[in-house]
Amino acid sequence: MAVLKVLQYPDPRLKQVSAPVTVFDAALHAFLADLEEAMRAGPGSVGIAAPQVNRFLRVAIVDVSSKPGIPHHGCLRLINPEIVRRAGEVKGREGCMSVPDYTGTVVRAQSVRVLTQDADGQWHEYDCEAFEARAVQHEIDHLDGLLFLDRVVSARHDLFRRKVKQF
Amino acid sequence: MAGLTKRNEQWHMLTVVGADRPAIVAKLTEALFRGGCNLGEASMARLGGNFCMMLMVEGADAAALEKLVRPVTDALGLRLHLDPIHGELHRHVEPNVQVTVYGADRPGIVAQATTALAAAGFNILDLNTDVAGTAERPIYIMLIDGYVAEGVVAVERAIAPLRADGIEVSVTALDTMIG
Repeated sequence: MAVLKVLQYPDPRLKQVSAPVTVFDAALHAFLADLEEAMRAGPGSVGIAAPQVNRFLRVAIVDVSSKPGIPHHGCLRLINPEIVRRAGEVKGREGCMSVPDYTGTVVRAQSVRVLTQDADGQWHEYDCEAFEARAVQHEIDHLDGLLFLDRVVSARHDLFRRKVKQF
Repeated sequence: MAGLTKRNEQWHMLTVVGADRPAIVAKLTEALFRGGCNLGEASMARLGGNFCMMLMVEGADAAALEKLVRPVTDALGLRLHLDPIHGELHRHVEPNVQVTVYGADRPGIVAQATTALAAAGFNILDLNTDVAGTAERPIYIMLIDGYVAEGVVAVERAIAPLRADGIEVSVTALDTMIG
């Protein structure tokens, strides 16, 4: 099968909220394999979310293990993931396969605890920090129809946004 | 439409400098829009009370651009400068190192720091400086994003001698998360 095509902004489908997975079957396993293939096909990509390939399910993959010397959990296959705890704030640069040729500075929680199901519906909890935590937050945003462009801040003035609006 | 790319486009760099006031950007870009021009990448900032604009413009030759913009800049008391450039969109270089330099203000900080960076093969992609503190005791602050093939270690080695002069220097690897 050909590698799944990644939707690119301004495709309005990227702003759609994805639905929870309710059926944990062979088709889900097959989709995860295809999703991972699409992630690996994107140069330098360490994560992908189902809506990026036109499937509006709460499914994402994060794998930052290629980056040297950082804490990680290997290849995380996240089904119905939810961030249940966040700590710290840190700025970092992000880009996205769905937003080619642009990177921006985004403030994210330094560490997050993710409650998630696996491909068989089993629940797990992961404590992610730094780069991996950033990737997890970026991918879960996709499931809620948010792009990093919705969170980009001024690199020049080192500003943190006032919390007037919670995404 | 801003930034719509066509073949054989000729870009100009429009530079405008002058006393800051509201609506400079609005009036200039409105004139360019009405004249059928496209805008590309831009950087604009208020420096020392002056508004400074560097703006990629395409869709008109130098004479036509001048005719569109000059009435606006004259009316606003701004200096205008136009250069044809060899330029294209979608040619970003991703920075991989960030350097922060600060210290009590004195002549030569920028020259010393950037000479050391140049010797390490560091290409500056974005640089902002500020003079902060008080008029009696000013401090100089410089933030630089750049690309260097050898990475953070080479930059650290090149810039370390500045610390002996009482300048604070930090070098951080920038790792862009692509998701």
